[in-house]
Amino acid sequence: MRYLSRKLGFYLVALWAALTLNFLIPRMMPGDPVEIMLAKLGQKGPVTPESREAIEAMLGTDSSRPLWAQYGDYLAGLANGDLGVSLVFFPAPVSSIIGQTLPWTIGLIGLATIISFLTGVGLGTLAGWKRGSWMDNLIPVTTMFQSVPYFWLALILLFLLGSVWPVFPLNGGYDVYNVTPGWNGPFLASVVYYGTLPALTIILSSIGGWMLGMRNMMVSTLSDDYMVTAEAKGLRSRRIMLRYAARNAVLPSISGFAISLGFVVAGSIITEAVFSYPGIGSALLQAVGGNDYALMQGILLIITLSVLGANLLVDLLYSVIDPRIRARG
Amino acid sequence: MAAADTVTVNLAVPRRRLTWPPMTGKLATGLIIAGLITLFGLVGPLFVQDPAKVDDIGLTPPSAEHLLGTTQTGQDVLAQLAHATRGSLIVGAVVGLLTLILSGFFGIVGAYAGGWLDEAFSLFTNVVLVIPGLPVVIVISAYVADRSLLLVAIVLAITSWAGSARVLRGSTLSLRSRDYVLASRVAGERRWRILLVEILPNLIPLLASQVVFAVIFAILGEAGLSYLGLGATESFTWGTMLYYAQNGLALRLGAWWWFVPPGLMLALFGAALSLINFSIDEIINPKLRNQTRGARRGWRMSREQLRRAKESTL
Repeated sequence: MRYLSRKLGFYLVALWAALTLNFLIPRMMPGDPVEIMLAKLGQKGPVTPESREAIEAMLGTDSSRPLWAQYGDYLAGLANGDLGVSLVFFPAPVSSIIGQTLPWTIGLIGLATIISFLTGVGLGTLAGWKRGSWMDNLIPVTTMFQSVPYFWLALILLFLLGSVWPVFPLNGGYDVYNVTPGWNGPFLASVVYYGTLPALTIILSSIGGWMLGMRNMMVSTLSDDYMVTAEAKGLRSRRIMLRYAARNAVLPSISGFAISLGFVVAGSIITEAVFSYPGIGSALLQAVGGNDYALMQGILLIITLSVLGANLLVDLLYSVIDPRIRARG
Repeated sequence: MAAADTVTVNLAVPRRRLTWPPMTGKLATGLIIAGLITLFGLVGPLFVQDPAKVDDIGLTPPSAEHLLGTTQTGQDVLAQLAHATRGSLIVGAVVGLLTLILSGFFGIVGAYAGGWLDEAFSLFTNVVLVIPGLPVVIVISAYVADRSLLLVAIVLAITSWAGSARVLRGSTLSLRSRDYVLASRVAGERRWRILLVEILPNLIPLLASQVVFAVIFAILGEAGLSYLGLGATESFTWGTMLYYAQNGLALRLGAWWWFVPPGLMLALFGAALSLINFSIDEIINPKLRNQTRGARRGWRMSREQLRRAKESTL
């Protein structure tokens, strides 16, 4: 249980750090959002002092109050789930925009990442087990895919499979003209069809890392003494591979999976930009384009929170898989 | 006197040699490609025309005059590529250096000092590690209107050093409890000397591989950021070239000479650094060298040998 309480304590600190960072970024930056918005308004006509106050009230950056009081207001607002009002999607509140876009991102990116992880670890196990086989020689090819910038790979696949041979749609999350969103067959089929190409690009670009990591750990594990013992006992090779080698070799990959979740969310922003996918990354980019600071802050917060939550889940899972951690804690 | 001199020379403790990676095909390929690209970035911009010079020959395919064709506004792609190579390499170098400093400080110094300092540094590292980098970078970029190449590099470094620090901390923890370190402590070596002379040389391969990773990550990260239109303003990198190519509909118009070269350079440079890293990995982890299950298979007796052994015992 000490392991659990330590982990929970850590995530509380991380949560506090994330909230504070989210509070400090807009206030530490040289560009003042209120000034930027006033300058934009000023191009269209004269700006009254009242409109300045209105904008400050909307963004929650009341410059007349001391910083710690603003911090208190900010935390109180968060506790009530109040993230402010979006500017780009005015008058929708930020929380409802996030509610609409988050399921798309989690569905696409989450599924693609899990598929990529499982396939990569599986193939890596085989490559490490049969070292020097054709599968092992495949690894440099897949790491090539990793050093290609992700969006470039995605653009070229989109060009080939969307424009040259129109197998997949060019953009969007579902067929907006022919299906109605909801729990019905045609809509779900359309979502799967539109999500296949983005998911494919994510899998292609990330699978190499999992394969390489797992393969290297397999190779290290295979030279351990208990592997010789297992072989000497005359166990079937399938059992040696899965229960003796893979179970021990997969541990670093699992903790790597937790760390990579952050990069996954980050990558999703670019994926969604390339495919115009209606997820949270697109919303963030729209917020950046429209100087919508409230929405930006809200999305940054949600992304951070989901990454923290996912990390916590993986940590808990880790203690189930590796009994040593429970014993030590 | 001369004889006595030679004796003292011979008694001197031989200097510890650094293990260089064996020059394999992988390492040689990686070094050659990375070296050529670096050379191109260093001297290329001196020989090409002004990359921003606009001309009335938009989107022409490669010719004798413009070796890699022109962009939509008639700018020479080769000139842009040379300047972009320099820009991307600067970002990579700055981030590599900063990662080295930050991860070395928080990873090695913390783990070596131990106690509350280690706890604090490790907590800080882990917190930075779980906070996703790119969204933070995007939001910061959104607040700053004029972004220099240096600013982008610094922001990328601040959000990306933590992974390396964690890896370095692990190794330092294992090194500082080795017998030879304890022996030098007993021998009365000063603490900073133990760190610099006894521990640091053993971390060099690991540091090198972390820096190479950081450089790959930075160059790809900068390209992604530029692709979103949030990279450095007023400067050329591979990412900004791709951004302008995308905005100029190079892909739809089939202007391959515009969008293929920067992407290819990114891929080649990334692949070259990965190849170098494979070779460094084999130093760090000797198990990756060829002395594993596959090699042991070769020690087994062949059927012929088994038969003979059986016959001789009968």
